[in-house]
Amino acid sequence: MKWLSKSYVGVVMTFLYAPIIVLIVFSFNQSKSRGAWTGFTLDWYRQLFHNETILQSLMNTLVIAVVSSVIATLLGTLAAIGIVNMKRWQRNLVMNITYMPIINPEIVVGVSLMLLFVWIKSMGVAVEFGFVTLVLAHITFNVPYVILNVMPKLRQMDTSLYEAAQDLGCNPRQAFFKVVVPEILPGIISGFLMSFTYSLDDFIISYFVSGPTSQTLPITIYSMTRRKVSPEINALSAIIFVVVLVVLLAVNIHDAHKERESRMKARARA
Amino acid sequence: MKSKSAAVPYLIWMVIFIVVPLVLVAYYAVTTPEGQFTISYISQVGEYTAVLMRSIWLALIATVICLFIAYPLAFIISRRSGNGQRTMIMLIMLPMWMNFLLRTYAWMTILEKNGLINRFLSNFGIGPLEMINTQGAVVLGMIYNYLPFMILPLYSVMTKIPNSLIEAAQDLGCNTKKILTKVLIPLTIPGISSGIIMVFIPSVSTFIISRMLGGGGNLLVGDLIELQFLGNAYNPNLGAAISLVLMVLILLCMSITNQFGDEEKGELLK
Amino acid sequence: MKKLFAIAAVALAMVGTMALPVSAQVTVEDPDYYTRFKGQGKSINVHNWGEYISDGGDGGMDVIQEFEDLTGIKVNYTTFSTNEEVYARLRNGGASYDLLFPSDYMVSRMIQEGMLNPLNFDNLPNYKYIDESFRNTASDPENLYSVPYTWGTVVMIYNTTMVDEMDLGSWDLLWNEKYMGEILMIGNSRDTFGIALKRLGYPMNPENQEQLDEALESLKDQKPLTQAYVMDEIFDKMIGGEASIAPYYAGDALTMMADNPDLSYFFPEEGTNRFIDYVVIPTCSKEQECAEMFMNFLMEPEVAAANIEYIGYSSPNTAALELLPPEVTENPLAYPPDEVIEKTEAWINLSDEMNLAVDRAWTDLLSSDEEYNRWLIPILMVLAILASIGINVTRAYRRRREKALYDSLNGTKTP
Repeated sequence: MKWLSKSYVGVVMTFLYAPIIVLIVFSFNQSKSRGAWTGFTLDWYRQLFHNETILQSLMNTLVIAVVSSVIATLLGTLAAIGIVNMKRWQRNLVMNITYMPIINPEIVVGVSLMLLFVWIKSMGVAVEFGFVTLVLAHITFNVPYVILNVMPKLRQMDTSLYEAAQDLGCNPRQAFFKVVVPEILPGIISGFLMSFTYSLDDFIISYFVSGPTSQTLPITIYSMTRRKVSPEINALSAIIFVVVLVVLLAVNIHDAHKERESRMKARARA
Repeated sequence: MKSKSAAVPYLIWMVIFIVVPLVLVAYYAVTTPEGQFTISYISQVGEYTAVLMRSIWLALIATVICLFIAYPLAFIISRRSGNGQRTMIMLIMLPMWMNFLLRTYAWMTILEKNGLINRFLSNFGIGPLEMINTQGAVVLGMIYNYLPFMILPLYSVMTKIPNSLIEAAQDLGCNTKKILTKVLIPLTIPGISSGIIMVFIPSVSTFIISRMLGGGGNLLVGDLIELQFLGNAYNPNLGAAISLVLMVLILLCMSITNQFGDEEKGELLK
Repeated sequence: MKKLFAIAAVALAMVGTMALPVSAQVTVEDPDYYTRFKGQGKSINVHNWGEYISDGGDGGMDVIQEFEDLTGIKVNYTTFSTNEEVYARLRNGGASYDLLFPSDYMVSRMIQEGMLNPLNFDNLPNYKYIDESFRNTASDPENLYSVPYTWGTVVMIYNTTMVDEMDLGSWDLLWNEKYMGEILMIGNSRDTFGIALKRLGYPMNPENQEQLDEALESLKDQKPLTQAYVMDEIFDKMIGGEASIAPYYAGDALTMMADNPDLSYFFPEEGTNRFIDYVVIPTCSKEQECAEMFMNFLMEPEVAAANIEYIGYSSPNTAALELLPPEVTENPLAYPPDEVIEKTEAWINLSDEMNLAVDRAWTDLLSSDEEYNRWLIPILMVLAILASIGINVTRAYRRRREKALYDSLNGTKTP
């Protein structure tokens, strides 16, 4: 049984990683055409770092992801606090609408936001398709993830803690920042991280609301795949892969470390 | 902390960026460009029944295959030690962090007529097989891109099943088949239903995969919508009508899947 | 997450040190003209076809970089792949562009629908280089809105190792069952329908619904033979030997043939399309003068020549033609002999109804061959609603029964 399950995992992992390995290997290929290996080169990496379009869109992507996930986190955390205190029917109504951007097909969300921005523009408000619309759209699909991450933490929290803090002389603001926020912080952080990654990776919604002045990386990649494809795209994916790998490894090691520490502490206490 | 007012900024946001856009989609779907009421666009959607059916069919196949691949894998992972689990989950999530266009593009390299598989097979005198630009390739693209969405929810319900429960069932004389049908599957229904939703919805509405791997000759409903808004056949009213139909269809599917999941969960809790 | 930023920062820092300014310095006639806006932080949004400007690859000139260095105007450069896409982006009203590169029929459609700004030819001194025959063309008869960029024809490209010589000569090659699965079709409606119409002996611009329907039928017959409907993906597929036959634009054919010596071309005997691509300024432009400056820059002989050398299309710019080597200007693929030109047809803008009909026929072609009842989806929806109600009802019923059972067993009421 053991070898069977091991080989099964191996097969699925091969399936998941084969395309990525192919991309990375061919980023070192001299020939421009896919498929034929003609020799090792680092030219595509060099060209990639001279490709202003790609670098500019990488920058745009990062800025948009940071701005939109920060705003979404603020908005979503406040929203979660308010929603928890709502009456049941109000809460159900708000939550059902909140779920919409998550369960709706992305293309419908993209199209609907595009229609919204076109409509707003036709009313005479100067919204240009580009940075602003992208940030607004990203906040819109990020907020639900923040709410969904923060709500459970709020529910778990003992409300009397907040009251106790006030009884002990905290004003509401202090009570909020000293008692409530630390309690729900893990939810806020995971909501923020989720928003950030979704924002980095989003293509479909961005495709509908982007304009000429601010293309994000996925949109640039899309227009690259629709042309004579240059292996720069492979080099780019190799770099992205390494960055993601490093980040995930770091997070993973950090987690494992923390777990071991807490286990040691528990043992020490025992 | 006790006040609902914290949610006010979000409520305003929600109305502007979630409710109004959906109303706009509905409005576009039932009006002419001149602003008169019409149902001709909605009824025109009927002409594209074949596209909708193909999208649903391919997405269903992809979802079922994902379920069959993911179920054993999630179980195997969930029986590992803490560190092993974490590493495996990281390995599964890692490809998801790469841009999905890049991953899909990589499959082109593999499946092409002069691609890696055919090159490999030609060493044995087989082929060339026709793999790219087929519906099979489109399904493969869907499976590849959305498989992690099936594995993760399954895994998260399975970790909660203690080994002792399975051992108890074995002690009570259950064979493997019975353990599966009487213990594992009923306990993992919530994971199955959310996995199905998370794979089916993006698959049914995708608009890039079919273009990159399917040759663009057989549209899926996502392509059809894109075609009406930013593609080769500008007709936003028709596009809105198709989006509306797609949205309603998906919400219906969702509610059924959810009810099914709820029912089973309800039984278990007794 | 911090790591990610650190890495991004390092990457960006690396870029900063690696970016070496390679400036080839174009010599322009009137440098003062170009430096008017320097230091004012102006920018223009240029929306061009993919692979349609010399970008510094293959040792050529990086036209956009040169323009930015010369004028201090920043160029936001994006690409599209069909005329219809540009039209959709523009009609949609969301994005604002300053410079577009549509083809002839799209120019006249945009003029008709009032989507273009008239040009100020005082700002376009280099217009003097444009050949007389490219002025006052059918698409812009009064010569108010557009400046020609390139021209060309649609030709058949084929792989000599995979296609029999006896099958060549006509558009029929695209309908030849021998090459099932090896045929690529152009991924836009006008080209694909134009070819089908021409093959049937009709004009490439459909005159009525019947012609269009007939063309649609023949394209549906052809669909099983085609591998894909694509635009610039044709480059990769033809160069890599993925497909053996594709109709495409002459200039791109030249580029492909340079990369894969097995490729060759012919002009179909029925005749083909001759197009002119223009540069225009849409009404949403906010920087008309800067856009005109870029237009004028594109007509600088050196720049135009560099572009032509890179993209392979044919030039309407007489001064650029003089700069180009004879093997470029005498190539019969780019500058076909008169007997080929005589048989070409230009696109014209169709009536609104015909445009709509072409769009629908195009969607129809790509949709499916299978026939379904158009009521299937509504029926499915009703079934889904019924199923959802059904589940709820049975669940409520079962719960009540179980509760009754429970009560009768315990003799008490459950909370």
